[in-house]
Amino acid sequence: MSRIFAFRRSENPADRIVPPSGFTARLTSFTAAAMAFLAVFALALSLASGKLAARWSEALAQTATIRVSAPAAQMETQVAKVLEILKQTPGVASARALSLDEQKKLLEPWFGPDLPIDALPMPRLIDLRETAQGFDAEGLKNRLEASVPGAVFDDHSAWRKPLVAAAQRLRTLGLVAILLIAGATAAMITLAANAALAANRPVIRTLRLIGARDTFIARAFVRRFTLRALAGALIGTAAGMGAVALLPAANEAGGFLTGLGFTGIGWLLPLTIPPLAAIVAFLATRTAAFATLKGLT
Amino acid sequence: MIEFQQVAYSYGGGELLTEITLRLPPGSFHFLTGPSGAGKSTFLKLCYGELHPTAGRVTVDEADLRKLSRDGVALIRQRVGVVHQDCQFLDHLPLAENVALPLTVTGRPVSESDLGDLLAWVGLKPLSDHLPPQLSGGERQRAALARAIIMAPDVILADEPTGNLDWEMSLRLLTLLIELNKMGKTILIATHDMNLIRNAKSQVAARVLRIRDRRVQLAGSDL
Repeated sequence: MSRIFAFRRSENPADRIVPPSGFTARLTSFTAAAMAFLAVFALALSLASGKLAARWSEALAQTATIRVSAPAAQMETQVAKVLEILKQTPGVASARALSLDEQKKLLEPWFGPDLPIDALPMPRLIDLRETAQGFDAEGLKNRLEASVPGAVFDDHSAWRKPLVAAAQRLRTLGLVAILLIAGATAAMITLAANAALAANRPVIRTLRLIGARDTFIARAFVRRFTLRALAGALIGTAAGMGAVALLPAANEAGGFLTGLGFTGIGWLLPLTIPPLAAIVAFLATRTAAFATLKGLT
Repeated sequence: MIEFQQVAYSYGGGELLTEITLRLPPGSFHFLTGPSGAGKSTFLKLCYGELHPTAGRVTVDEADLRKLSRDGVALIRQRVGVVHQDCQFLDHLPLAENVALPLTVTGRPVSESDLGDLLAWVGLKPLSDHLPPQLSGGERQRAALARAIIMAPDVILADEPTGNLDWEMSLRLLTLLIELNKMGKTILIATHDMNLIRNAKSQVAARVLRIRDRRVQLAGSDL
């Protein structure tokens, strides 16, 4: 950052022709800093919810469960029947009946380790994985109903879809927030630049009359506002990244809220905010400057 | 150099200038005179494209000012030095930098010694570090003249350059303009100061344009 300030201090003739503006200059930087700070969070939100949506889809996709309820004596034949049907169903990659021990383990968190599972009329679970093409869930359901009435097909996608949709919506909202922040930054810098241009109208008029070209005059303003926005955004981004880094660490159980943050190469993403802020400021000021200059002969 | 062809200028309600056809040849020395509000400043503004005629055309070196791009107009203004009636400076820059401004904005190097000579020539060397608001009216006019000629323009237009000056200072400014004319510059001075015109005529072949009935006419030698 010191390099940027040194760059600003450099004796560029175009810098000196616009009078120093003191307090309002700091307002522009402050605005850019605040916007960059918010942008970091919006970005973190987008990334986290995007990750969440992907994780849920991946974990639940292409798996399904079939629950077989039957009197104990018929259980084995029923299960074998279901497995036979699954074997003939196109799109099913593998199917496997869970052993009693495995089922016991699944129930442990709820009933404790001492559950006399053998004494209970437990349904058997069949875990199946589909191939990439998937299978016809409706057809399978009908076939099972017809030949094994005690089998209930449980398609995970039924309850995973709204969750994934919610996570995806959250990611979209984050991206919309980033776009809004960029737009608001552009609007605020345009306002600030217009105020500066209006305040310096006599200077601009004088420069025009002594033969300065539009690009020269515009450059003086554009440079100033671009550097201010860049400096502000650097500070805001650094603060935002610091705040995200200091959030409590994510863990499996915490799910989504504590998962807000960047991981690995994701930390590089917020670093694009300062240059983007500078580009937004550059375009906003340039447009404002040329619009003002057009009004002068 | 500067040529008017059937130029008219009107604004709002009425016509201010009409049927102006004249030519300011290179190296000529002209005065422009007429009552207040007759359009002297407007005439000068037409010469460097701050205003565009409502009819006819103004050309500088064959280039129609109206048809020039904005950069083209900027280039013309680099070759036409103007001393405005109310000279505007950049108030946050010292006098020396203000005078050198035409060089700065065109990316040309500023030679400290040339700048010093120029400031000395207009008698402002001791005030180089002063800010424009600290200068008197006369000092501002001389600073404006220095700024107008630092680019070595072909034409110098001056609008009431002695308006704020006492007689002694007026003569000094006139002398500067006459010296420039002898160096080959085209000079046009708008003024209503007849004494100044008479004084100039004794030193240089100056011609007088007079605005009367919205027309610009070449006045006779009788003054």
